[in-house]
Amino acid sequence: MAAITTAKKRVNRSLSGSISLFALLLVFGAFMVLPLIYAINNAFKPLDEIFTFPPTLFVKNPTLSNFTDLLNLLSDSWVPFSRYIFNTVFITGIGIVGHVLLASAAAYPLAKHKFPGKVFMFQVVVLSLMFTPAVTAIPNYMIMSWLGWIDTYWAVIIPAFAYSLGLYLMKQFMEQIPDALLEAAKIDGASEYRIFWSIVMPNVKPAWLTLIILLFQMLWGSDGNGYIYSEQLKTLHYAAGQIIQGGISRAGAGAAVALILMSVPITLFIFSQSRIIETMASSGMKD
Amino acid sequence: MGMKSWWSWKLQEMKASKHSYVLLAPYMILFIMFTVIPVVISIILSFTYFNMLEFPKFIGWQNYTRLFLEDDVFLIAIKNTLLFAIITGPISYIACFVFAWIINELTPKWRAFMTLIFYAPSISGNVYFIWLMIFSGDRYGIANGLLIKWGFLLEPIQWLKTEAYIMPILILVQLWLSLGTGFLAFIAGLQTVDRTLYEAGAVDGIKNRWQELWYITLPSMRPQLMFGAVIQLTTSFAVADVSIALAGFPSVNYAAETVVTHLIDFGTTRFEMGYASAIATVLFMIMVGTNLLVQKLLRRVGE
Repeated sequence: MAAITTAKKRVNRSLSGSISLFALLLVFGAFMVLPLIYAINNAFKPLDEIFTFPPTLFVKNPTLSNFTDLLNLLSDSWVPFSRYIFNTVFITGIGIVGHVLLASAAAYPLAKHKFPGKVFMFQVVVLSLMFTPAVTAIPNYMIMSWLGWIDTYWAVIIPAFAYSLGLYLMKQFMEQIPDALLEAAKIDGASEYRIFWSIVMPNVKPAWLTLIILLFQMLWGSDGNGYIYSEQLKTLHYAAGQIIQGGISRAGAGAAVALILMSVPITLFIFSQSRIIETMASSGMKD
Repeated sequence: MGMKSWWSWKLQEMKASKHSYVLLAPYMILFIMFTVIPVVISIILSFTYFNMLEFPKFIGWQNYTRLFLEDDVFLIAIKNTLLFAIITGPISYIACFVFAWIINELTPKWRAFMTLIFYAPSISGNVYFIWLMIFSGDRYGIANGLLIKWGFLLEPIQWLKTEAYIMPILILVQLWLSLGTGFLAFIAGLQTVDRTLYEAGAVDGIKNRWQELWYITLPSMRPQLMFGAVIQLTTSFAVADVSIALAGFPSVNYAAETVVTHLIDFGTTRFEMGYASAIATVLFMIMVGTNLLVQKLLRRVGE
């Protein structure tokens, strides 16, 4: 609200306008956050508290038993829990590294060079922002099976390398790097690859973080649906789905796993927020 | 300049930019392999009968005529998808902007906090199954519990098994999830608007925040508004995961069928790949078409 007092040179804000806008913010903020608060509290509720009537939002006697239940439940399962964690971390880690490298390498010439085919290539990438992966699910499956990647991690990881939103944001961000900087390096005799690696890449660190969080969100939540069949290759998200569908007897463990799943990406976002917003500032499509 | 010299000139230009192509190649090869070729295959397959076992058989427009003339469930799917797009598309788009706009007036610390609150649902890794607990069909679900406690209900309602309630609940959950990338782009875009424009505007007779919004803020943010529109529209046309997770697959009497769940049904359950590809192609055309239309409309903002 400080902005209202600091923006002296701006037009007067009516008090009633301010109050109604902030009331709007509060009401909808509550709508956004209450389900999450409910989920967090549920994870610490003893089983009898999860099934009380009337249901409560906040936990009264917090306990960690849901988490120990979860561990017991999973240690009895055919595939150890650590395996699901490993699968998810592996898919997410490799996917992110590959995407950041490939998308940055491709974004650099698109942002800074002139060459035949550039406009066309970029337009195709922009067009692909406009549809959902579901459109290409069937041919993708066929291509994966030709490549022999069905039931391997690669079916999930490699397509993520070429995620179009990441390239798009990276290209928009790189356009802001001053040309003079690149010219200077060129005069000093640096090759294009050297310029990309030693000058462009360090300058786009905020955009890396954005790509990381986008890919993290996508891969962390992936269950390998349709591509991965072997139980020992399946992801945390898949395992979580199984537990949550387990019904009343597993409601506590389900709440615990939900909390684990959601807290990782949220924590990551908290630490990278300002950088991500910096990247998004350059996200626009120009007329 | 003759045709030949034009080509040799282009070729020379391409040779000179070989480093650009080398840098682009790894990404572009994968992009072509997993996005461009699949779209082309999908369009081609949509004119065939294909069951994954035999070689595809060309059948012309038959899949499309069947889709629009004989498939009653597809019509439900189209109706639901349009309903999602018409309601969640504009509402989520406007919500993204309005909340970003209000948040922008806060101090940096509050701004970061409120951004997190609004962004958290979309980032938290598909935790929409929380809503399964909220709309659970017994009296322990929050919705039933509160309505019974407050005396609006005597018996718990099977929210996600009652046709009339399924779509409104899915729309609500979809809206809850929809403040994502577009929202962040708006938050960021608002911070880049040139401050001096507001001072100039105040001198030029802009009287209140609404005029300021229409004449200065919105036109300055046109690029982000375009980006946000593409993102929000695409998401609202592609609803499927939430429908499957909450309403089941298939949902009660197909009440929550969308174009994408219909596609999944034919593609993965019935193995009618040609038919499923026709569904995908129709969806692709609708998405690109609406996106271009909306972009055209947005060019007029603030005029």
